[in-house]
Order: sequence, then structure tokens, then C-alpha cells
Amino acid sequence: MTAATNTNPAHTAQPPHGNHDSHQEEYRGGIMRWLTTTNHKDIGTMYLTFSLIMFFIGGIMILAVRAELFQPGIQLMKPEFFNQLIGIHALVMIFAALMPAATGFANWQIPLMIGAPDMALPRINNWGFWLLPPAATLLILPFILALFGIGDGALATGWTFYAPLSVQGGIGVDFAIFAVHIFGISSILGSINIIVTIVNMRAPGMTWFKLPLFAWAWLITAFLLIATIPVLAGAVTMLLTDRHFDTHFFNAAGGGDPILFQHLFWFFGHPEVYILLLPIWGLIPHVLSTFTRKPVYGYRAQVYAFWGIGVLSVIVWAHHFFTAGMPVPALLYFMYSTMAISIPLAVLFFCWIATMWRGAMTFETPMLFALGFIVLFGIGGLTGLVLADVAADAQYHHSYFVVAHFHYTLFSGGIMGIMTGVYYWLPKWTGHMYNEKLGKLHFWLTVVSFNLTFMPQFFLGLAGMPRRIPDYALQFADFNAISTVGAFILGFSQLIFAWNIIQCARGGPKASDKVWEGSTGLEWQLSSPPPHHSWETQPVVK
Amino acid sequence: MLCNANHLQHHSEEVRTLAATINLSRLIRNNLALGAGILIALWAPLSFADYKWNFPTPATPIARDTLHIHNEFMMIIIALFVVVFAIMIYSMIKHRKSQGHQPASFTEPNSALGWLWVLLPFGVLLYIDFVLMGIPAFHAVVDMEDTRTKADMVVKVTGMQWKWQYEYPEAGIKYMSILTTPQEQIDNKQPKGEHYLLEVDNPLVLPVGKKVRILLTSTDVIHTWWVPQFGVKRDAIPGFLRETWVKIEEPGTYRGQCAELCGKGHGFMPVVVKALPEAEYAEWVENKKKEQAAAEESGDKVWEKDALIARGKDVYEKNCAACHQANGQGLPPTFPALARSKVVNQPLFGTDGKPPKDSHLDRVMNGKTGTAMQAFKVTLSDADIAAVVSFERNAFGNTMGDIVQPAQVKANR
Repeated sequence: MTAATNTNPAHTAQPPHGNHDSHQEEYRGGIMRWLTTTNHKDIGTMYLTFSLIMFFIGGIMILAVRAELFQPGIQLMKPEFFNQLIGIHALVMIFAALMPAATGFANWQIPLMIGAPDMALPRINNWGFWLLPPAATLLILPFILALFGIGDGALATGWTFYAPLSVQGGIGVDFAIFAVHIFGISSILGSINIIVTIVNMRAPGMTWFKLPLFAWAWLITAFLLIATIPVLAGAVTMLLTDRHFDTHFFNAAGGGDPILFQHLFWFFGHPEVYILLLPIWGLIPHVLSTFTRKPVYGYRAQVYAFWGIGVLSVIVWAHHFFTAGMPVPALLYFMYSTMAISIPLAVLFFCWIATMWRGAMTFETPMLFALGFIVLFGIGGLTGLVLADVAADAQYHHSYFVVAHFHYTLFSGGIMGIMTGVYYWLPKWTGHMYNEKLGKLHFWLTVVSFNLTFMPQFFLGLAGMPRRIPDYALQFADFNAISTVGAFILGFSQLIFAWNIIQCARGGPKASDKVWEGSTGLEWQLSSPPPHHSWETQPVVK
Repeated sequence: MLCNANHLQHHSEEVRTLAATINLSRLIRNNLALGAGILIALWAPLSFADYKWNFPTPATPIARDTLHIHNEFMMIIIALFVVVFAIMIYSMIKHRKSQGHQPASFTEPNSALGWLWVLLPFGVLLYIDFVLMGIPAFHAVVDMEDTRTKADMVVKVTGMQWKWQYEYPEAGIKYMSILTTPQEQIDNKQPKGEHYLLEVDNPLVLPVGKKVRILLTSTDVIHTWWVPQFGVKRDAIPGFLRETWVKIEEPGTYRGQCAELCGKGHGFMPVVVKALPEAEYAEWVENKKKEQAAAEESGDKVWEKDALIARGKDVYEKNCAACHQANGQGLPPTFPALARSKVVNQPLFGTDGKPPKDSHLDRVMNGKTGTAMQAFKVTLSDADIAAVVSFERNAFGNTMGDIVQPAQVKANR
């Protein structure tokens, strides 16, 4: 795997790598290598592979949902199964596709970018990954158990677990609670590892304000995870005891309050949005700088914006349930604090466009995805700004407008951001160039079919279609049909992505160490692919 | 000749423009053509269809206010979008390597003017957020939440899986509102009606021009009462009261839906409001009162077995069949079968003359906590409970043969 032809950057004291290849003999072959590995690159690869598989599983679920919604009337599935699919789709996409992909990026890239030999806590790293497959299995298992007549299927409450509906639900709720616990432990372990690595293992000379933006963004993400995952864990544990041990946290008859659950859930749930997006915001400036051949604009401003968003994200949660009823001062507070998020976000948009300004741009696939990300995520952000308004939110909330809004942030912001990173770093990881033509085809099919899927949903929401309904009134029929067509094109286009990755991993034109003409940063000074153990002698950053 | 030279110069300019166009066309060929082609191919057939692009016509002051705010905000964000991405697209066209553009190296503003250009957008954004959007939003919120000032009447709305109950405390009226779309239409066995899924047996009836304070609660899980044309959406939360208000401006029928996922029937509990002119409303109230008095009387009389079972079938189909199914087979394990069920096939009354705990009548009246089985004594009349229990004991292959009289239900409330 290791190419012994590592080009030594002039300013590093890295010795040639050939003699270190003997380290690989310590690794067992076959499955045991992957089960026991403590190497950040192996673990990063596993995270990303897992994420890709779960992306397709979550995607199949929602294609079934879109097929049901193609026409009015119940066509394919019972409403209770429909409810299971929508909730598990969301949990799979958030916890098993987006979050592991970002952690996979962190594993692969942070040590390379900050000049560290590996992650600080390699065994915890291994455990962090191997918690994921059992968690995902727990989430999906109730579907399979139901086929054998055990239980009544998976969680049917939507991904939000709202009590008392979740108190009423079947074993799927318990499975989902345990799945979320395990996902949460995995995230916290990953976060601790990332924080410890960034704080302690930066190369000599890499001061805080020389830290790559991707590492900065992940550092704040990790703090947010550690701050909020325990709150989610607490909330679902309270739910579990309400379900089985006669506690009444969320039962008004016993002195509890169903809205308490929503507060706890969204205290986690809102920062979670930024947990999914911050690593992407960290990555985008690197890509823009590479393909504009121009240094990142406003580095410090972006770091401060990351912190600003991190802090604001934990004080705005109640805008997710304005319609639950709140005192006017609370409504106003949550409205204005939510609007305030537009300021640091505008800083990021400003810096991205200023980085492009007067550069020398080329449009390789990662750049296309980055630009597509900026435009479409812009739509998600701007619709978020109007959603903050309590009075208008009364119309948007619980409607397809919200569904469209958060897919503009989480698909074009999250997933397309991940795709940006994959195309950007894949040649570095595999040592081969991916197929540029297929990459561009993938980009255009994704962008067009994404808009075809979700743009009509804005109008469905405005016309009054509630979300999470398996059947709908006749005036919503046309837009739903368009949306379903778009969703199927979008889903099948992703096969190109998977094919391109697999082909690139197997072979293809050799990638240079620098890969891109305009790339800067420590990771591009290593060979492509980097040696199994890189930066054993840390580079000195000047 | 002068003319000719001029022409030549003009021509060379044209050549330059042409060159730029060719360059541009290469970019388009490489990147945009594919996307644009797909976009046009998919969008073209749709452009002639007639769609709804915005909120439905407002019917209350709140809805009008909301529509106005929404339109204004949409204009603002579309303007922001266009300006920001025009700059970005300009840069994408101008600052390309293929155009021979050399990259600059600036990373921050380096003059007073530069700082002005940087800070200006944020000044504008602050103004948009907290003045242009913030002030109208403030007034709209305060107005929307002011449920009590000059309220003319109160209606209590109770959400239940999967129907609504409407109560007029002053008039003493209370009734259920349930979907009437036949299952055959949902299963695509019949053509769908005009108001498919948005039709009920008893709509909420309200007077036009009166400020109605609406109190909301729920008996089981969280529901959300939403009529898009009213501009209000408020959750109905079990154990708590929430409130909102409407003042309907025009007589008519307004349709909406439950908006919070509340289980398998979530898509099937519409909200229908019929707004009447004041005189007609008063008439309706009188009729409804008489109807309700008659219903109460029917609870005092002794019923014939056949009449009771016939009525019970009707009550069952409206209230029970969604879960226990029309054939009584249920959807186990969540919704148990009533056919040959242990609960149904046991004596109605114990030796003390009362229904034992978890017996048939007790289960129907008091429900089972932690499940979707609700306490029907809250929503059904004595006669309805007696009828449905009598029906269930003599249907789906159950052969208990006995019946319950409304008076027996009343005695055990």
C-alpha cells in the first residue's frame, strides 16, 4: 500500500519512509486487520465506507416513501409502515451516514493536516468506529423482526421521538433508544479523540491561528457533541423509564410535561444541525482556495464565525416548536436569537465568495460540488431566516416547507459537502485520480434532480400540505409526482458516485503528491497515497 | 475611408467578444450544458400547468398579516440571493484560469475603503434582520398571541387519535368531528371525491366577524390544529391548555389537517370549519342544543336489542374500526382483535353489579393507559357506549348474546 517515494517537503525533517514499511507486518490480514486496527487511515476508511453503505440504505427507505407519495391514495404500504420509514430514514441519514462521514474525514485528514503521526487515542478510535455497526443494526433490526412476527416494526414517531407518541409506541422505540445511546457514545469517543489530537499533537510551529480551518471547525463540532449528546441521552433514557418503569417525566397525569421532552430533544437537535454542517464549512475554504489558486480570505473571521455559530447554536433550540405555545417574551427571544445566526453565517458566505474573487478558477468536480453547495445551501440558509419569524413560522411549521428547507441545508449543505470532500481527497487517499467525466455527470444529475425533488416541496408546504402524512388531498398531487420523479433520479445518480469511488480505489491514473495544482497544506506534501504511518517525525511549520 | 476604419475597429472588438464567447462556450460545454439540458428537459412540460405557488387566500386578519409578512420576507431573501450569487457568478465567469486570469493574493481588507465594503453588507444584514424583518415580525407575534382582548366567544378543541372534539362551553354543545372519506377511496377502489381526506361529518361551526378564542388540548398524544387559511397552527397537548384565536371574515368552508405526527391515522384527521353569518350561526346553535337534548333523552330510555346493536355498528365504524378494523380482527400486536377476545367474551358485571376492572365495559369507558385505547366515556354518550359494547359482544363471531342499557353505563360513569 505504501509508496516509498515520499517527497520530503523542504521545511520538514521527515526521514524517508522505506524502512518503516516493516510496521505493516504487525497488521494481521483479512478481517482481523480491520477489527483490530488502530491506524487513523484504516479507521477513516471504515467510517467512510460505513457511511456510504448507510447512505444507500437510508436512501432506499425514502425512495419507498416517495413511491407511496407519487399519487394520492394508499398504494404500497400501510400508514404505520410509512411512519416507520420516515423516522428511520432520518436517523440513518443523520447518525449513520452524515456523522460517520464527517468523522471519517477527521480521522483521515486531521493527523495529515496538522502534522501528527496518528490520532491521540488510537484504541478508543477503533472502538468508536466498531460501535457504529451494532447501533445501526439495532435501529433497523425491528423491521426484520416484524417479518418474523416479533414486535410491530421500527420506531414510528419520526426521528424526534416526541412523547407521548413514543411512550405509546412498540418495541421499535426501545431499539431506537438503545441505538441512539450507542451512536452517542461513539460520537463522544470520536470527539474526545479529535479534541485531544488537535490540542496536543499539532506540528511544532502550528499555532492556533495556523491551524487549518477544517481542524478548527471539527474542534468546535467536537465540543458541541460533548455538550449536547448527553442531553439527548438523558432525554431518551427518561423516555425509556416512562415507558417501562412508570416514571412520569412526560406524562401530565403524573405531574410531567410532554413539552419538556421537546426542550431536551432540541437542546441537542439544534446544535446537531451545526454538528453536521461545521465540518463542511471547515472543508469548503480549502477546496475554494485550491481551485482558485488563491489563499483563504478572512481566515480569522471564519474561525470567529465558527465559534459564534457554536455558541449561538445552543441558545436557539425552541424555534423548532414555536407552535407548541410559549410566552410572548420567549417567542421573541428565540426569534431574534435565531435571526442572529445569519450574521456569522453571512461572514462565512462573504469569505467564500471573497476567496473566489479575482482568483484563477478551474472547475474540477470538487470545485463544482463546492459551488453547488454554496448556492443551494444559500437557499437553505435564507429560508431558515424566514422560518425564524414566529408568525410566518405558524404557516411553515410542520409543513413540507420545512422538509424542503432542511433538505436544502442537510442534503446540499451536508451530503454535497461530504461529496466535495470525497472528490477532493480521494486521489490523496487512494493514489489514483477518479473519473472526472463521471464526477461531473454525477454533480449535474445530483444538482438538477435535487432541485426537482425539493423545490416543489416548498410550494407544497405553502399550499398547506403537512409533513409526515402517507396520503394527501388532491390539490397536492402534481407537485408530489414531480418530487417523486426527482427523488428517483437523485437516488439512482448516486450509483455513479459509488461506482466512481470503487473504480478509483481499484486503480486509475496515478495521482501526484500534490494532486491539485493549487493545493496547499501539509497533507499535500505526503505521497499519494500517504504511507501507512505518516509524520513519524513531525514537520515544522513556519 | 474613415467609415471603413471605424468599421475595422468595430470588427476587431467583435472578434475579441467572439473569442470571449468561444471561451465561455467551452466552459458551458464542459460544465453547464449538461446541467442546463437536463433542467430544461425536465422543467419544460411543467411550465403550462396550473399550480398553487403561495399561501391560500387568507380568511382572517392574522392570515392576511402572515401572508403579507411572508411575501415581504420572500422578496427580501430572493433579493439577497440574487445579489450575492450574481457577484459569485460574475466572479466564476471573469476570474477563470482559462481566461488567463492571474490569481490575486489578498486575504483581508487592506484599506479604509476595503473595510467599508466588508462592513457594509453586515450593516445591511443587521438592518434586514432586526428592523426590516424584525419589527413587522414583532407586531405579528404580539397580535397572534393576543387571544383574550375583546374575545367574543370560546371554543374548546380536543385532539384525539384520530379525530377532533369541539366544545362550546357557553352553549353547552359538544360533539365529535370525524373523517368521512370512505376507505374505498383511500384504497383506490373508488374515484376520489373533490374534498378527498378533507371532509368530516360534523365541522366546527363558527360565526363570521366574531373573535373566537380557541382553547386546545388532547386526550392522548400531541396533535396540531391547523387551517392554512386562518394563518394559525397550534399544538394540542395532553394535560395542558394552549390557545389561539380566529376572526373569520367571510362565510364559507375552510379545510385543514392535523399537522403533528400522531400515529397511524395522522393523515386522516382533517379540520373542517364552517363559517356562518351571525343569524344562521345562532339558528345552528339552537338546533344543535335540541339535537343534543334528544340524544340525552335516548340515554334514559330502555332500548330494544336490535336497535341498540344497529346503532352500535354505526358507532363502531366511526370510532373503533380505524384500529380494531371493520372485521374486528385488529392489527395485532398494537391493536388487538375483538373477535374471540378475552376482554369481550367475559361477563359484563361482577357479583357487586359493577363492571370488574379490565372487563369489556370498563375497558371501553376507561381505556387502557399507555396504549392508543382511550377512555370513551369522555367522548361518547351513554347510549353510544351501550350500543357499541352490545354490538361488539354480538359481532365478529362473538356470541355473548347479552346487551348493556344506557342506564347501566350512566350508573358506572
